[in-house]
Amino acid sequence: MNPPNQPDFKALKSMIPIGPYHPLQEEPEFYKLVIDGEKVVDIDVRIGWNHRGIEKLSESKHFDQSIFIVERICGICSSSHPIACVQAVEDIGGIEVPERALYLRTVTQELERIHSHLLWLGLAGHFLGYNTVFMWAWKYRELICDIMEAVTGNRQNYAMMKVGGVRRDLTPDQSALILKKLDELLPKVEMLKGAVLDDPVLQARLKGVGILKKEDALEYSALGPTSRASGIPADVRRDHPYAAYGRLKFNVITQEEGDVFARLVVRVLEIVESIEILRQCIKDMPKGPIDANVKDVPEGEGIGHVEAPRGECFHYIRSDGTNSPVRHKVRAPTYMNFPTFKSTVVGQTVSDATIILAAIDPCYCCTERLTVVRAGKRKEVALTAEDLIRLCREKTKKIKEKVTGNGI
Amino acid sequence: MTGSEILSKMRERFGGRLKEVSEKSPKRIYVTIDRADIREMTQFLHFDMGCRFNIASAVDTDKAFEILYHFTKDDAGVVFSVRVFLTDKNKPEIDALTPMMRGAEWIEREIHELFGVTFTGHPNPERLLLPDDWPDGVYPLRRDFVPPKRDDREVKKS
Repeated sequence: MNPPNQPDFKALKSMIPIGPYHPLQEEPEFYKLVIDGEKVVDIDVRIGWNHRGIEKLSESKHFDQSIFIVERICGICSSSHPIACVQAVEDIGGIEVPERALYLRTVTQELERIHSHLLWLGLAGHFLGYNTVFMWAWKYRELICDIMEAVTGNRQNYAMMKVGGVRRDLTPDQSALILKKLDELLPKVEMLKGAVLDDPVLQARLKGVGILKKEDALEYSALGPTSRASGIPADVRRDHPYAAYGRLKFNVITQEEGDVFARLVVRVLEIVESIEILRQCIKDMPKGPIDANVKDVPEGEGIGHVEAPRGECFHYIRSDGTNSPVRHKVRAPTYMNFPTFKSTVVGQTVSDATIILAAIDPCYCCTERLTVVRAGKRKEVALTAEDLIRLCREKTKKIKEKVTGNGI
Repeated sequence: MTGSEILSKMRERFGGRLKEVSEKSPKRIYVTIDRADIREMTQFLHFDMGCRFNIASAVDTDKAFEILYHFTKDDAGVVFSVRVFLTDKNKPEIDALTPMMRGAEWIEREIHELFGVTFTGHPNPERLLLPDDWPDGVYPLRRDFVPPKRDDREVKKS
């Protein structure tokens, strides 16, 4: 029993809400961190601020419009969702897609992966206080956006997919442009790779932080780079070959450690791998039609899944023979990767929480504000997003001082 | 292990409890079981055979609520979809998988709030997507759901 006027210090815990809105982020989420001193003891995640009822909406559209709708689920994965969606419909009808269309789907998918990983790398650099990495990564991402603009007409939301094929063909000029831009990109990515992976400060800052153990990754059914960094060699492109992936040679990148650094390594190496896949695609692309001219979708149900930049994107569609789906279930990769926070953030410090939350590459979280509520005292301290990022950067700076001796 | 090998093991273990099996293609296998067997099936597919839990998807049909649990065997390139019918439309209930597999937590919460299916034994049946002030007992993905009418806006004439 504590004497009067003295709080029970052991029971004192603080709750830090993060989110749900931040103008910099494309998606609102809300994290509730329960902390004991510096250490996170529990975390709860609440989603739904951005729930647009897309599954329901899709059921009121016809199949062509559904593709249009799912393309707008996410601006970054705007080729993964449509490919998964058309594959689900093709699975219902057993529709054969022309070879050339399969290659064109692969091209869009890999370009998307490069731009998404570069985007993440930039954000991670920004949070860690490596603004040069941020500027570089986003600058080189522009090359991919330029390709997309030249090939599809759009820098995002490419509108390339349709049931039975793709909407636009690639001209020889465009193929040459892609190869030229990739030649430009590869040395830059190699430079980034060297700068990031060999940096002793980054290694000290990120190794051992936010470890997702292999058994946890399996239990949460984590996906994509998040699970591959925990030593699970699963990749939809190789395991369930779709588009042209069955005809291409590529490596599935894995790491064993499961920490933030391992995920960084996986993503950076995957960019290099994607460039290689794209070159193969352009070289081997067969000539021929790009569309199977599908008229009707029969009754039945189908599943389509693809390896989006963040992991497997899964679509289930049921058709009753009319021209709109009866049920359209969409499962984006972050849905499975999010709950792993329970095992990665708990036990870590607040200054690491930002980068761990960022490391699964969610359509990144919303560090809008940060309120510390002290139990018993009713005192609220509101901190801003800058404070959270500052905490994260200060830790990097301290490590830098230790590693280099001068902090520069 | 290939998909058909897993399927024959499943037949061995479940026997007559597999109501229906359809191999739509070598990559897509659909099986129908009784709702009482869902935990045993998860034990078999996820823990014994090492399948990854993809997601569950519910459908409201005329006769029943239908839940499909999708499991993927990555190294065999096959998706198993386990179908369960909840025929009591007034009180749809099924055992929660979350206590045995944490990856199912969110989707069970989602199906609960969108379809009104009760997952017995779920440790945290809180809302996930719907707002806190959403009325109880209204399930937006059910067929009989009527979206609220938009308020008639007063147009003031100047």
